[in-house]
Order: sequence, then structure tokens, then C-alpha cells
Amino acid sequence: MTSIPDGGAGDGGMSSALAGAGPARGAPGDQRPATMKLTPARPGTSASGTVRRWRRFARHRGAVAGAAALALLAAAAVLAPWIAPHDPQALAGPPFVSPGPRFWLGTDNLGRDVLSEILHGARISLAVGVLAAASSTLIGVAMGAVAGFFGGRADAVLMRTTEFFQIVPRFFLALIIIALSGPGLAKIIFVIAILGWPAVARLVRGEFLRLRTYEFVEAARAVGASPLLIIVREILPNAIAPAVVAGSLDVAQAILLEAGLSFFGLGDPNHVSWGTMINTAQAFLGEAWWLSTFPGLAILLAVLSVNLVGDGLNDALNPRSEQR
Amino acid sequence: MQAVRHQFGLDRPLGVQLLKYLQHAGTGDFGYSFAQRRPVLRVILERAPATALLVLTAWAAAAVLGPLIGIAAALRRNSALDHLVMTSALAGYSIPVFWLGQLLVLAFALWLGWLPAEGMQAVRRQLTGGAHLADVGRHLILPAVALCPRYLAVNARLMRTSLIDVLHRDYVTTARAKGLSASRVVARHAVRNAVLPVVTIMGFDLGFLLTGSALVETVFAWPGVGLLLFTSLSTRDYPVLLGIFSLAAAVAVAANLLTDIVYGYLDPRIRYT
Repeated sequence: MTSIPDGGAGDGGMSSALAGAGPARGAPGDQRPATMKLTPARPGTSASGTVRRWRRFARHRGAVAGAAALALLAAAAVLAPWIAPHDPQALAGPPFVSPGPRFWLGTDNLGRDVLSEILHGARISLAVGVLAAASSTLIGVAMGAVAGFFGGRADAVLMRTTEFFQIVPRFFLALIIIALSGPGLAKIIFVIAILGWPAVARLVRGEFLRLRTYEFVEAARAVGASPLLIIVREILPNAIAPAVVAGSLDVAQAILLEAGLSFFGLGDPNHVSWGTMINTAQAFLGEAWWLSTFPGLAILLAVLSVNLVGDGLNDALNPRSEQR
Repeated sequence: MQAVRHQFGLDRPLGVQLLKYLQHAGTGDFGYSFAQRRPVLRVILERAPATALLVLTAWAAAAVLGPLIGIAAALRRNSALDHLVMTSALAGYSIPVFWLGQLLVLAFALWLGWLPAEGMQAVRRQLTGGAHLADVGRHLILPAVALCPRYLAVNARLMRTSLIDVLHRDYVTTARAKGLSASRVVARHAVRNAVLPVVTIMGFDLGFLLTGSALVETVFAWPGVGLLLFTSLSTRDYPVLLGIFSLAAAVAVAANLLTDIVYGYLDPRIRYT
């Protein structure tokens, strides 16, 4: 790989494109560390800063709508066993009933209730999305922090690894791993997490490279703070914003990836998944449009909401990107 | 049984097997397909032209239209057009390609009956020459439209952000102050610089389009590598799976290398050492 000077272009791939090339471009105004303070500088936790961020998020109408839709989906996921009219795996009626008063969203080729399947599918999609993105963000933050702080060989190894992951199509790699090792929900989450961390690691590394030269880090070093303490208490709070944004956008990618894997028939056979439903629908497109339309709408709603929230977080945490 | 084991080399240690695979893969030999009993490379390369046609069509559409839409949105920032573009871009980024494909089949093939729902050419008739090309083109429209929006959205959004950023740089102000017309400043000064990150992303796109293509090909029964991937999954044809993965990775790497080279031409400040 050759070097590309522009920060917004090379790192993060898709997520940097979405984040509007916001992160990794100099310090946001209110995040400039207080110089030469010996107590840990944690600008992110001051009450007024938090309130300001909330206001900025709340002004973003799309983000609020996205958050509301997500809350609704989360409620559906949690309450699915109680609010779903039927057992999603049970044969509730005759096959191919079109949407109507008895089955609101119709029944599938075996006579299962589509609405119940979608409600239960929300559990899988959200669980995979949140767990996979949270793990990949955690791994990414840890790796990026170590590489950015210590530099040298650790950094070189990490950068080559992330470059590999950024170029190789994630979906194919996930597909191969699941195909070779057999399907399973935990495995899907694990694979998506393993494939997702490099983008976050690059962002965090960039922030650490920039921040480690600041005076407050030197000050901490001067009073004898251990590297771990400096990383966790001094630098991390200043570097976490872009990682949070990237992590939230990762949730959307994880949901899409899971849906894609399930559509390819690699979903967990023991759980209802939106992708699996669309896979089934493929064979019956001519007979039953509702089998494809509704689970797809559910995926679109979930992914769109997450992306909207991610956008709002980006504006709230990286104010520079909107202030121009 | 023993003979088959020996024939496939399965009686050798795992490490040796892996080393042999990599050694052979390096020379373009990915082994034999379990299902078709033919060399993997030949099986895949047969399907490559169809995938290339689909991917390049969608990529080119996104590469041309995306930046144009992005420029239009950036120049009328916060207008209704801008909001419409940004909202649709987000939707395009969020929609699962395989579902979009199914919706297109439902609407344009099954209900309206305007376009064919699957395959790459008419099955019943043997067409030649111009009629054949037109037929393939008709089959190409829906898959390409299904594949395109995500990359269209990425390109448009990045172009918009990048151009807005550039329009605030000092040299743009200088160019305006010199008395150049607004359109000239945008076309000659701003866009040329703003397009650089978009070019980089388009390189990434080309690699990732293969993923989308695999899903779209499955929906439309488009006879490309993606459909081969899908069938190989159900027949557990592992040599073919690994071969497709290796080639997809190779294409992605090549696309990035190409991007870097093009980048060097577009931005003379970059020197490769």
C-alpha cells in the first residue's frame, strides 16, 4: 500500500465515508485538553458538555426519529414472546394466506405467521448488531490504543493487519468461515466482530498518535503515571468520540451482514432471522409478495434507524463536521 | 475410500496440505471442484465475464452519477434538493441489496412485466449480434439497478462533504477574489481537489461490489461468480469456495493498487517512494 495523505480518505473505508470525513481531523473545539493539569483531564464528562451534546443530538430530527424507531424495535424484540400472536415456528394456519384481518402480514409457505416471525426476528438482528458491533469496537479501541500509544513494531503489525482486513471483502471471509465451521448464532456474532474491528482500530490509533504528543500526556508521564493509566484515564476520554460514532455505524453494518449471511442460507437454523425469511421468499416471489416485502422493510427500518442515530452522534460528538 | 483419500491428498499432514494449496494457488491452480470434477480456476473464470459486466455497469453508473449528485447537493447546501439527496443517500446506504432486487423483480418483472426477472439472456430463442446484445442489456437493467444505490449513496455523500470542505479553503476564496466566475471556480479549482477522496472510495467500491454482486446474482439467477458461490455453498464445494474467495481478494487488492496509481496522476503532489 502506498501512503495517502488525506485523513478522511484512507481510514475506515465505508464508515469514514458515512461519518463525513469528520473524525481524525484535528481536535474538536471543546475537546482541547486543559494544558498542564495534573489531575486527569476528562473534558468529556463535565455536565455542561454532556448537556450540550444532548442538545445537539436532539436538534437532529432524523437522529431522534431513528432513536425512537430503535426503541420501538428493541421493545418488539424484548416483548416478542408476549406480543406475537403466534409461535413463530408453529404452523398457525394454512400456507400462503395473504395479509388480512386474521394474519396481519400473511402466512408463509408452511403456514407460519409472518408478523410473529418478524417480531422474533428483531431479537436476532438487534442482538447480532449490538453484540458484534460492541465487541468489534472494544477490540478496535484496545488495539488502536496500544498501537497508537506505543508505536514501533506493534503499530506496524497492526497497520498491516488492518490493511488486509480493509481490502479483503468482509462478506466473503465471513461466508467461508461460517460455511467451513457450521452455522450458529454465537459464531455469526464472533465472525462479524472479528471482521469489524480494524476500521475502529485505525481511527483510535490516529487519535492516539495525535494526542500522545500533547502536554497533558507529558505531564502525566512526568508525575510517574504508568502507561496503562495514561492510556485509560488521560488519552482515551479524548479519543473515544470517533470510536463511538464508528461503533454505532458498525451496528448497521453488522445487521446487514447478518441478513446477507442468512439470505445465503447460513443463518442459525434454530432462530427466525429476517435474512432467512427473505431467502425463503425468493422461491415464492410470484405467489406471495408479502414474504419478501415485510422482513425487508424490517431490515431497512432497523439499519436506517441505526445509521440516523450514528449520524446524530457524529454531529453531537464531532461538532466541527457541521460547523463550517 | 483409501484410494480417494490418497487421490485428494487427505492422508498427508494438514500443514503439508495447506502449504501445497498455497503453492499451487500461487501458480493459478486452485485444485478441482468436488461437484463438477473440473479445475476450480476454469469453473470460476467461465463465470467471471457475467459478474464483470454486472459489477462494472453498476460501478460506472455510481462513479458518474454519484459525484454529480454530490456536487449539486453541495452547491445548494441546506436546500430542499440537498436534504432530499442526503435522505435518499442514507436510505440507499441502509437498504439490503438482495431485498431491493426482489422488490424490483416484484414490481418490474412480475407485476408490470416490462423486464425479465432472471438470467442473462432469453432461454427460448437463440439470438445473435445486435439482438443478442439488446437482450443481455434488458436482462442487465434490474440487477444493475439493485446493485447500484449503495455505491451511488457513498459517492454522492462523500463528494458533497468533500466539496463543501474545499469550498471553504483559502485558495477558493482567492480564486473568487481574482474575479473568476463561480462556475469556473467550482469546475476548475474546487471539484478537482474535492474529487480525490471520492476516487479513493471508488477503488474500495470495486472490491466491495463483488459482495453485493454475489447477493444480487442470487436473486436474479445471473450466471456469474456470485451464483456459483451460492450453489457451491449448498453443494459444499469447498475448493470452489476458497478459489472464489482468493480471486475476490485478488481483485480487491488489484482495484486498490489501480486506485493508488490513478490517484498519483490526479494529484501530482503524491510521490511513491
